Order: sequence, then structure tokens, then C-alpha cells
Amino acid sequence: MAASMKRRSFWSWLWIAIGALYFILPLYSTFDFSLRAKKGVLTFLAYERIFKDPNFWSTIEFSLVIAIFTIIVSILLVVPTAYWIRLRLPKLRVMVEFISMLPFVVPAIVLVFGLIRVFSGAPFFLTNTYFGTYVLLVAGYVVLALPFVFRSVDTGLAAIDVQSLTEAAQSLGANWGTIIFKVIFPNLRVAILSSAFLTLATVIGEYTIASFLVGIKGFGPYMSLIGQNKTYESSSLAIISFLLTWAFMGMIQLFNRGKADTSALAGAR
Amino acid sequence: MAYLSLSNVSKVFGTTTAVEDFNLEVEKSEFVSFLGPSGCGKTTTLRMIGGFEMPTTGVITLDKEDITYQSPNQRNVGMVFQSYALFPNMTIGQNIGFGLQARKSPEKVIKQKVNEMLALVHLEKHIDKYPYQLSGGQQQRIALARALAINPRVLLLDEPLSALDAKIRVELRLEIRRIQQAMGITTIYVTHDQEEALMLSDRVVVMSQGRMEQIGTPAEIYNYPSTEFVAQFVGQLNLLPVTQVDKVNGFCVLAGQHVKFDHSLNRTISEAPRLAIRPEEIQIGIGEGRNTLKGRVETVMFLGAVVRLRIDLGGASLSADLFNERSLTLPRAGDEVVISFPEQSCWLI
Repeated sequence: MAASMKRRSFWSWLWIAIGALYFILPLYSTFDFSLRAKKGVLTFLAYERIFKDPNFWSTIEFSLVIAIFTIIVSILLVVPTAYWIRLRLPKLRVMVEFISMLPFVVPAIVLVFGLIRVFSGAPFFLTNTYFGTYVLLVAGYVVLALPFVFRSVDTGLAAIDVQSLTEAAQSLGANWGTIIFKVIFPNLRVAILSSAFLTLATVIGEYTIASFLVGIKGFGPYMSLIGQNKTYESSSLAIISFLLTWAFMGMIQLFNRGKADTSALAGAR
Repeated sequence: MAYLSLSNVSKVFGTTTAVEDFNLEVEKSEFVSFLGPSGCGKTTTLRMIGGFEMPTTGVITLDKEDITYQSPNQRNVGMVFQSYALFPNMTIGQNIGFGLQARKSPEKVIKQKVNEMLALVHLEKHIDKYPYQLSGGQQQRIALARALAINPRVLLLDEPLSALDAKIRVELRLEIRRIQQAMGITTIYVTHDQEEALMLSDRVVVMSQGRMEQIGTPAEIYNYPSTEFVAQFVGQLNLLPVTQVDKVNGFCVLAGQHVKFDHSLNRTISEAPRLAIRPEEIQIGIGEGRNTLKGRVETVMFLGAVVRLRIDLGGASLSADLFNERSLTLPRAGDEVVISFPEQSCWLI
């Protein structure tokens, strides 16, 4: 019995080690390579050059601002929709869930060509102005983020008794605005934050839509440009973008741990 | 005109009729319970009063005002849910004050009302806690306090004790009745628990398949059920096949033995008539001027306050409940016994 347990434990650890190596080795190699900008010396020179490049800061700032607008529009669009579907149209949920998954199936290149084709002629001339292009960019990212945002919000809604909470608030005299902003949104805090960070991570590194609509202004196209021209800097940029993504994921974990169980534990038991 | 009135109210969902031609008049400060099995339409009727469902036909008036198509937030009707429905993101104090805040009441008034309501449900110390920090019973008390804080015209309770354990349930139902009487608030209570309905209510509405079967005081419902459904649903009932029914003289034959009955539930007796008698009406031993039958004890079940005997009459078997006393000598399974019951306590269905 003990021998069989030991054997099973050995195999478990072996598979974990193989899995870890699969992810860590390329990352380590990239990191190691990014430190070899000077021959024979390990140095952070490539990182220094990146941080000194004004384009790095301007592109990351641009992508951050676009990401924040994407998050705001996504949340305002998805939360009331998902809430109303759970409350009044539960039969439509499967269909909406399917639609929200379409961005995984339709390539970003198809989406951006569609946007340019539809919105560069009458009656919409959005691509003629910077503002119009940014609007298109945010709209494209809202579609791209839809699977993450809808999933997170819908899971959050499943964890609370939407029907009873709504009816309780109504019976106490609350109107729809009060119900959504004082009852529903606060109880979806964790779900909304999760979807926000996932959207942030997606938008920051997105290449296809950004390069067609705003070119080098976006952080994704900037990374691609560096990758084409500067060998060591591109590796350091890859590591920086990984760290950024991990930071966002870490924040999701942090917020999830914070108040995740308040709604789950309340109610009938 | 009654304080709350439902006239010819019905509700149809697709092809299913959930409530059919429902008529009810409730006086101010009255406590009325809707009692019935799952799917009988009691919650749908309650939800129509609360404004969460719109009637397909009929009119609902409250305090002389037609509220049939008013939205729930305009009715000033308090509602307590089975799942408590406390807002998880708010403290207990904020939960209770929510209704007043939605009405934009001054902060001072809200604070005063919250304290008053917490004192009413004896949970003053928990004002700053979150719902998940309270037990189920405490959460339901807060839900009650929250519903009462807005001074509702009617209080609606939808199976509020179903999710609680037996002991808390008994405690809380006494408290609900105490608060209801203290505040004199008109209350509609939905339950499938007959004991709860009989204990709490001024009047009970027994419902089945979307229809009102009977309305009356708890004693009327229990002692004089007007339909077979009510007789069977409320309390325990023996239904025993009988023959040679003489309706004129009130005689019939049960398992070869003559029984005198006093009245029948329906004017017309079914083709396969049965004698109805409650287990607690049956005594062991001969009683003066009572129906007396012979039988054999099949089982003896000790239920605490009551001992339930199953007695075979030779072709039919019935249950008899004896009040448990320490001095009681119980028969054993297989013993021959004589049972008796008054003719006024049995009727034909």
C-alpha cells in the first residue's frame, strides 16, 4: 500500500515537473537572452533601452487608456444585459452565451476588416478622424473582450439570488437604477474586477486590430516593431509584457480572496 | 369594502392555469394564510398581491385603491422571502434602512427606524454585521424587520420558515405572530405547513390546483372540512370503505360492523363511499353512546406526545392516536382491542 502510494506520488511529481519545464524553459531562455545585450556579460541593458524609449511609454499609455474605455463600455453593456437575461429572459441565455463566444471563432483580422469596411463609408465616416478611429478600436476590443466579460459577470450573477434580491429591492420601493447600481453592481464587484483585469491583459498586448486602426500607437504593434528590428530589446519586452499580465492576474486573485465569500454564505442555510 | 380584496383573479402561464377565479376579502390587521401543496397557486396569488405577477383577469384593491397593474415599488407592500433575500453587500443596519433610503427619508429618521426595528426583533447588537455573519433564523428576523421598516400597508410572507430547522421555526413563528399583533399589520402568509397555518392565522385559505378549496378559521378548517381535499390535507384522516349506507338514518357497515354517522361532507356521497374519522377521535375501550368496533393491533408507534396505533378491523385498518401519559398501558401488536368514537366525529365522503 505504502509502496503504491510512493509510486503514484513519483509519477505525479514527474508530470508536474514536465509541465513546469514546458512553460518555464522558453521563458527562462527568453529572459536569459534578454540579459546578453553585451557580449560575455549579463546585463539589463536591453531593459534600460526599452524604458528609455519614449515610444514604449506613449504606446503603453495609449493602450492603457483604450483598455480603460473598453472596460467601462463592456461593463455597462454586459452587466445590465446579463442581469436582464437572468431575470426575465432565461431562455435566451444559451443563445447569448453562444454569441459571446464568437470572438474565439471569428479571427480578429476578419473583425477589423469588417469594421473598416462598414465604418469608413456613408453613413458612418469613423475612420476619417482620430476620435472615430479610437471609437472603432474600443468597439472592436469590446467584442474581443466579450467572452471574458460575459463569462465572469454571468458566473457572478449565478452566485447571487438575482430574482429574490431584485424583488426584495422592488418591494422596498427601489427603482431600476437603484436596484442595478446599489444592489446588483456591488454584489458583482469581484466578477467585474476579474473581467476588467482580463480585458486589460487582452487589450494591452493586442496586435491585429490596433495595427490596422492606429498602427504604431498601440503597445501590441510597438512590440511587433521592436521584435522585427531589435533582437535583445524584443526579448526584454516579451518578459515585461509577461510580468504585466501576471500582475493583472495576481490582482484578480487578490480581489477574489478579499470578499469572494460574502454573497455565497448569505441566504438560506 | 374589505381592506384588501381580490375579485375573480386568475393567472395563466402559457397553457397552464396557475390561479383560477380567486376571490378573497381581508380585513385590516387580519392574518390570513394560504395553505396548500406545491404548485397549488398560493405563491402566485401572493406574488400578484405584491405586484411581481400581473393577473390575467380580475381586480386587486388595497385600501380602496386599485393596485392590479401597479408596479411593486409603488404598492408599499412588504415582502419576506424564503431565501431571506438580504443584500449581501450591505450591513444589517443598511439592509433595514434600504427601503427608507429608496424613499429618500432623512438620515435621522432612517437611523431611528433601524434601531426601532432591530429592537423589535431583538438583534440590536448586530447592526454593523453583514448578513453572512448571522444564522438563518437571525437573517430571517432581519428580513422581517426590513420589510416592516417601510410601514407597509400589507406584509407578505412567502414560506419564510421553510429553510430553517424545526426548533427555530417554532420560535420564529411565535415571534412573527407577536410582531404582527403588536403592529396590527395586515398579513398574508404562504405555507405548506398546516401546523404553521393553523397556529398563526385568523383565517386559513386552503388551495388546490389553483382554486380556493375552503376559507375559514383554523378550527372551522380542521373540524368542518368542506371538501375531501381539505379533510385529507389538513391533519391526519382515516378513510375507510363502507357498505350498506343508510343516509336517512345515518348508518353504514364498516368491515362487517355497524357504524352510526352524524353528517356527510358532501350532499352527494361518492359511488364508493368512505367513512372519514380523525385518529385522535378514536379511544381504546367501550364508550357510552359511541360507535364501538372490534379490531386487532397491527403496530404501535411511539411518537413522543402521541402514540399511534394501527388497528386492523378485519378488512379495513385505521390509525388511532392516544395522548401519551406515563400511566398509560399500551396494547401490544397482535392484541385484540375494542375501539370507540362518537358519531359526531365521523362523516361519509
